[in-house]
Amino acid sequence: MDINDVRGLGSIFALIAFAGIFWWAYGSSRRKRFEDDAEIPFRDNDEMPAHDDNDRSK
Amino acid sequence: MSTAFDHPEYNYKVVRQFAIMTVVWGIVGMAVGVLIAAQLAWPALNFDTPWLSFGRLRPLHTNAVIFAFGGSALFATSYYIVQRTCRTRLFSDTLAAFTFWGWNAIIVAAAITLPLGFTSTKEYAELEWPIDIAVAIVWVAYVVNFLGTIAIRKESHIYVANWFFAAFMIMVAILYIGNNLSVPVSMFKSYSIYAGTVDAMVQWWWGHNAVGFFLTAGFLGIMYYFVPKQAGRPVYSYRLSIVHFWALISIYVWAGGHHLHYSALPDWAQTAGMIMSLILLAPSWGGMINGMMTLSGAWHKLRNDPILRFLVVSLSFYGMSTFEGPMMSIKTVNALSHNTDWTIGHVHSGALGWVAMVSIGALYHLIPIMFGRKAGDMHSVKLINVHFWLSTIGTVLYIAAMWVNGIMQGLMWRAVNADGTLTYSFVESVEASHGGYVVRVLGGALFLLGMLIMAYNVYMTVRSANKEVANAVPAQA
Repeated sequence: MDINDVRGLGSIFALIAFAGIFWWAYGSSRRKRFEDDAEIPFRDNDEMPAHDDNDRSK
Repeated sequence: MSTAFDHPEYNYKVVRQFAIMTVVWGIVGMAVGVLIAAQLAWPALNFDTPWLSFGRLRPLHTNAVIFAFGGSALFATSYYIVQRTCRTRLFSDTLAAFTFWGWNAIIVAAAITLPLGFTSTKEYAELEWPIDIAVAIVWVAYVVNFLGTIAIRKESHIYVANWFFAAFMIMVAILYIGNNLSVPVSMFKSYSIYAGTVDAMVQWWWGHNAVGFFLTAGFLGIMYYFVPKQAGRPVYSYRLSIVHFWALISIYVWAGGHHLHYSALPDWAQTAGMIMSLILLAPSWGGMINGMMTLSGAWHKLRNDPILRFLVVSLSFYGMSTFEGPMMSIKTVNALSHNTDWTIGHVHSGALGWVAMVSIGALYHLIPIMFGRKAGDMHSVKLINVHFWLSTIGTVLYIAAMWVNGIMQGLMWRAVNADGTLTYSFVESVEASHGGYVVRVLGGALFLLGMLIMAYNVYMTVRSANKEVANAVPAQA
């Protein structure tokens, strides 16, 4: 076993890791929580005096 | 800058400072850019003065727009976003102030040493070793402050924008320190510890990841917060953003070899750089589509919201340049484009169209909040719209001129007569480029004019906000 075997294993490891991330992101049991996480920017609206994030009429 | 606008919970002071300096350094860096573009069209404009010569001012331009303008935009937005999405104050106000004053002192040092001719000659890493050390110290303070804020967050999940910011700052620390390792021989002269081809490879490992992490990952962090915020709806697919993040950061680091096609770099390393660059199209477009689709069902908002227009058009330019980049990394295409103005055009479609326009959009959203007003409530919305069109037209003129010049140069350089001699001398290709250089000056000047209008708009916004506060004080007392 030489350095090139390690490189090959590295590629396989990267592929497995990517498949794992994909499975984690798209698993149906986590759908709800990611939809909630996407709301984080809107959760914090205790703004400076007149701030209102929903007013974009200007 | 009055303390009247200080937020009870968050540190808005450092955000405000960096936001203002983004506009200031943007004008300085782009003005130098317009000057050197004019020098290429009319060489007499260097006035035979060494410190006004193209070779010294070009690194000043790149450092100013990337690290002073882009850097300040990243500091401002990352400090803002991390507080807002973690719902906690910055880990340390002292470190925040240190990064602001330290970063600006470094910019001033760069603006003095580069025209004087002090340079390590590494592209986008020209600063000499004492300044490099200062950069490393300030940067580590930034990383500690940012990650420290994430550590004390009140929101259990770390929002995706913060992932991009964290990756950007950690990788930039590694790349910057790695590439700048050198042996000082005097106060202002050092030599890289790498030599020959290895030096070139390390340089472009840094150089391309300055693009990938400084100018892409960081600004994607801006995109993932400000596009949803300005559009008033959550990102199209949060799950896609997770895959986008991991795919982008794991592929970008391998692409730098494409800067060294047909060089002394081993052939397999060039090919590896090309293949990784082609794969990079997938995460780049995944992110671009994710940002664009955030507007689905809200496209009508583009009609009367120039801030949203800035953000969406920046994504279009991002999509365009991340298609163009992989295409140019293909060796046969690169044989035509290498060392021509096409490369400069490609860089500026990313730098002006993506980086600058997404920053400008974010700043127009952010600056009014920093002065006690509603998001995006600038002094004049009309002037934002004028700025938008100047930026868009300026960018298109710039990149179109460079496409024409670049392809023409590539074709002229490779043209051969029947007997095998070159059809054109080099200087003939320079002469033929003159028209394109003039158009580029015009495009750059329009973009700069937009920034000056922005500065006026920001000034008026701050002034009226200060007046409101001054009037409100007696009433409270």
